[in-house]
Amino acid sequence: MSGPIDDQGLLRLYESMVLIRRAEERLSRLFAGGEIPGFVHLSLGQEAVPAGVCAVLEHADSVASTHRGHGHALAKGVRVEGFFAEIMGRAGGVCKGRGGSMHVADMSIGMLGANGIVGGGYSLALGAAFAHQVKKRPNIAVTFFGDGAMAEGALHECLNLAVLWKLPLLFVCENNGWSEFSPVSRQFAARLSDLGEAFGIGSEHADGTDVEAVFAAATRCVARVRSGAGPYILECRTNRWHGHFEGDPQKYREASELAAARGEDPLVVTAGRLAARGIVEATLADVDARVVARIDAAVEAARADAEPDVAAAFADVYATGEIHA
Amino acid sequence: MPDMIFRQAINSALADAMSADADVVCFGEDVAAPGGAFAVTRGLLAKFGPERVRDTPISENAIAGAAVGAALSGLRPVVEIMFMDFMTLAMDALVNQAAKARFMFGGQCSVPMVVRTPHGGGLNAGPQHSQCLEAWFAHVPGLKVVVPSNAADAYGLLRAAIIDPDPVIYVENKALYSAKSPVPETLAIVPIGSAATMRPGRDVTVVAYGIAVRQALAAAQTLAAEGVEAEVIDLRSIQPWDRQAVLDSVRRTGRLVIAHEAVTAFGVGAEIAAWVGEQAFDSLRAPIGRVGSAFMPTPFAKSLERHCVPADTHVVAAVRCAVAYKSSRSPS
Repeated sequence: MSGPIDDQGLLRLYESMVLIRRAEERLSRLFAGGEIPGFVHLSLGQEAVPAGVCAVLEHADSVASTHRGHGHALAKGVRVEGFFAEIMGRAGGVCKGRGGSMHVADMSIGMLGANGIVGGGYSLALGAAFAHQVKKRPNIAVTFFGDGAMAEGALHECLNLAVLWKLPLLFVCENNGWSEFSPVSRQFAARLSDLGEAFGIGSEHADGTDVEAVFAAATRCVARVRSGAGPYILECRTNRWHGHFEGDPQKYREASELAAARGEDPLVVTAGRLAARGIVEATLADVDARVVARIDAAVEAARADAEPDVAAAFADVYATGEIHA
Repeated sequence: MPDMIFRQAINSALADAMSADADVVCFGEDVAAPGGAFAVTRGLLAKFGPERVRDTPISENAIAGAAVGAALSGLRPVVEIMFMDFMTLAMDALVNQAAKARFMFGGQCSVPMVVRTPHGGGLNAGPQHSQCLEAWFAHVPGLKVVVPSNAADAYGLLRAAIIDPDPVIYVENKALYSAKSPVPETLAIVPIGSAATMRPGRDVTVVAYGIAVRQALAAAQTLAAEGVEAEVIDLRSIQPWDRQAVLDSVRRTGRLVIAHEAVTAFGVGAEIAAWVGEQAFDSLRAPIGRVGSAFMPTPFAKSLERHCVPADTHVVAAVRCAVAYKSSRSPS
């Protein structure tokens, strides 16, 4: 794909972002209302990155995600019903309620899972890229990671190996400026592009609050990686609006910094661009209503769904079915 | 039956598995061109080419993680971690990713990968190149662990591990690499989870795995000269382990000694002892004995290492102790 995106293409990117936004807003309310146990990490403010990158990917391309991975799952195509049932801990969840928010996965679409381990996705994506290469598939793998994961040694190992084996692997950094409770300035002494350059890996930077910019950069990066030229890096500057986890009051952030972050709304940016192209407000309202209706139905179905089955859980510890109760 | 060298049996299993299934790939540090630090993978590169047999940099975390990602994406990787001590650098991929993917993704997938790694002392390799850490992995739901003691099982268990849909830790005792043992004319798959009775006996059950099986068999000869007949069971698989075989034997002999090279404390023997205590308390005529390495890092100096790592004499001593035991319990 080349050239500027057409109206329908931009509208699809907008809808992908709206789905992530409304789904996470709902998760936030469900968590506050006690309907979701455990830890939930939201990516509100970052929607343009998963929407823009995943729009470029093929069905069989692989994605390794992060603990802040709802956007990657939804943009790659995890069904909304299975998504909510999973995070609400129900039998009908895409992972039968065994993983929850930090482990949403769907192998049928190459979604290798959100991941509770920071930096855990690099090598999974590397292995998927290796499999694509060995089996001569035309596919690539993408590893999403936050700026906090740049401090993990696994990045060093995987940048190196990806180059040595010339793997079809795209590293996508969602740099939201915050490693859990600490600013990136106190967490990472280098720049990702410099790190890539040391290994001979090229980088693009994109404004991660602008889905058109992400899409355009991802289109170039993915085409390059898919051509067999080896790994590449896409770093997107973006914003994390909510805390590291739901319930985190973010006392470590200055009000002005947080307000500036909230002022950069990827949905508002894209809605403005669509309006400038002559797409009427009612069309955008329709998108929103359709998305909200899907989410409403998914949440209601999850509420009505059964608790996960204990015997089935035991039976899935091993694929060969050994049960050590 | 012809003899085969342990290392050669592993090599044959790899070659046969790669011939049988194009999805089987091998990678690890120096496994391709150099043929492996212990020469186990020698010749595979020439036979199967650089696409399927690859050298990696010294990056255990990436090796193990890539194996998980590849296994989730249609391959059956067999990776080598050069020493079991280096498994510490691969723990996230094995414990948090490989072991849990099937379960935490709701049974959508399995992780058909094998990690081959050598354990054990006897080479004066010191504290960071000698450890037997298999109990760590047996403790993690989702992983399987096998430890062959002879060439036939080395072949059969590796074929089984590669076919298995779950992640398997395949442990090779370094001191066995050059050992010869008889193998059948046609090598066969050995199912994971099945023990083998290496020697029948009526007086005591000795459960062992890996190099400790050789020690147990040597001990049994010594004991036979004293009129004590030891039944030696080679566990072969640690997770899952053949509970029935152990239970049946203990019910017949009434005595149990468990021998392994790993440190005794919190080891595989502790699990077996606890389970037998739960299941066969009334069959036991003596306390369960355990033989393993002393609770210290494996030392370098020959004299120290000899003191730390168990030998057949330790098995003999443990059996004598069990046989000599007189209960002080009053009959009920």
